[in-house]
Amino acid sequence: MSLLQINKLFISFGGIRALAGVDFHVEDGEILTVIGPNGSGKTTLFNCISGVYRPTGGEIFFRGESILGLSPDTIAAKGIARTFQNLRLFMHMDVLDNLLLGRHVKFRKNPLQAVLRIRTEEVKHREFVEEIIDFLDLQAYRQARVSDCPYGVQKRVELGRALALEPTLLLLDEPIAGLTSEEKDETAYRITEIRGRFKTTILLVEHDLRIASRLADRMVAFESGLEIAQGTPEEVQRDPNVIRAYLGEESEQKRN
Amino acid sequence: MDNFLQYLVSGLSIGSLYSLVAIGLVVIYRSNRILNFAHGDVTTAGTFFAFFMLSSNFSFAVSAVAALVFGALIAMAFYFCILVPAQRRDATQLGQIILTVGLGLILQGAVQYFGGTEPQSFPFPLSEYIVYKIGVVSLSQLSLGTLAASLLSCFLFYLLVQKTRLGLAMRATSENLPAAQTLGIPTRRILAISWGLAAGLGVVAGLFLAPALLLDPFFMLEPFLKGFAAAILGGLNSLPGAIVGGLILGVAEALTGGFVSIAFKNSLAFIVIILVLLVRPEGLLGEEFKERV
Repeated sequence: MSLLQINKLFISFGGIRALAGVDFHVEDGEILTVIGPNGSGKTTLFNCISGVYRPTGGEIFFRGESILGLSPDTIAAKGIARTFQNLRLFMHMDVLDNLLLGRHVKFRKNPLQAVLRIRTEEVKHREFVEEIIDFLDLQAYRQARVSDCPYGVQKRVELGRALALEPTLLLLDEPIAGLTSEEKDETAYRITEIRGRFKTTILLVEHDLRIASRLADRMVAFESGLEIAQGTPEEVQRDPNVIRAYLGEESEQKRN
Repeated sequence: MDNFLQYLVSGLSIGSLYSLVAIGLVVIYRSNRILNFAHGDVTTAGTFFAFFMLSSNFSFAVSAVAALVFGALIAMAFYFCILVPAQRRDATQLGQIILTVGLGLILQGAVQYFGGTEPQSFPFPLSEYIVYKIGVVSLSQLSLGTLAASLLSCFLFYLLVQKTRLGLAMRATSENLPAAQTLGIPTRRILAISWGLAAGLGVVAGLFLAPALLLDPFFMLEPFLKGFAAAILGGLNSLPGAIVGGLILGVAEALTGGFVSIAFKNSLAFIVIILVLLVRPEGLLGEEFKERV
């Protein structure tokens, strides 16, 4: 059984079909990269999986259980965490609080312990967050207000916050877009590390083909709301449909 | 000087009630980005509920608690049954604000129907006529109780927002709803709780205002407008701002009433607000909302 199974997923906004019957699955433990030109439905797909949009048709199964139509918070609680293409952080809070908020759902409700100030549980959560801070190299920014941090750091904070949820499946929406080339390499390296260290399956959307193919175990290419190719990075890159979608058709004149 | 102190203290007492009303408005504005025009009417309904309970010989404590719960339930029902469906159909912010106006009118009608329009005196355990002298300042039992009750409410609310997990979830939800959702925070439940808390704080203010004014279906209109003004003065999205705004408004009012003329009481208080907003359009402690799209 695949970790995430998507069958014939449809969604349209007004007259525009953003997803036109998408079919694919994510295996447990793999890194699957979704590529495709702008407007091909990659982010829409993420929004459907995480419950932000309600698809008009199709099925989504997570660990064999349908999650279609559930609210975003219920889906998050089931073990699917995500980052956003445009960051969605708590800009007025410091970095540490942003990460701790990721642990929010993990707190067991026990008013008695809260009253008696028994902090064993909180200590456990803080330790986990410290581990993330180390992993993402955020020590220097621990107490800084997120709005004051540089963009690259904000991206790391968002990644860290998603990791704080200890997700089974991590959705990363363009995790390296807008970074410097040095930061890009760092982040790419970290993404492969995440799988080993946090035992997380990763589904990511990426524009940068070079890094996308370096990271991916498998790739899915999208165009106009449909998957047009699936397979290993090499297979997908050689696929004529993908070449056409990315580079356009060879012109008539050239061919003659 | 003695007079000044006297006016200052009575200003703080009435101002603390404006603060309570203002907090209720700010809580809703921060988390839903809408102005709740039904706030005064929810408060009125809650206070009338206490009045009915008292008339049926329930003790004051029981009636007060029941009134808080009643007010909170109205607000939560409004959120779940009207606002959420409206938001699902992509209601604009203006549309949602008009919905609160509608709720206000409905409640006003209901209160008139069940409670009548005659002003009635509200039985209250603290008296306006028992006066304590503290140094040069004399304070009625009621004003003292008002000050104590509203400061305590503000303090408890502060603890809730700043020190509890629920408060953290409330802050996260009002700062960035989609982000809070993706962290597994049940934002709808959190927002419903915010509506309930806001209404509850309003009813506390209503219970202490009713004995000072007379109880009629419109008795909250002026305090509601003052609370609104206080919230804007403090900065609509700042909770400490709401408290500061309410206290400043109360003191400004009392000083004007005392030293200038009772007739100018309201005008001068609002002139102060206009002046402050000319200098700081976002309010005393407010921060502008910025969103990167």
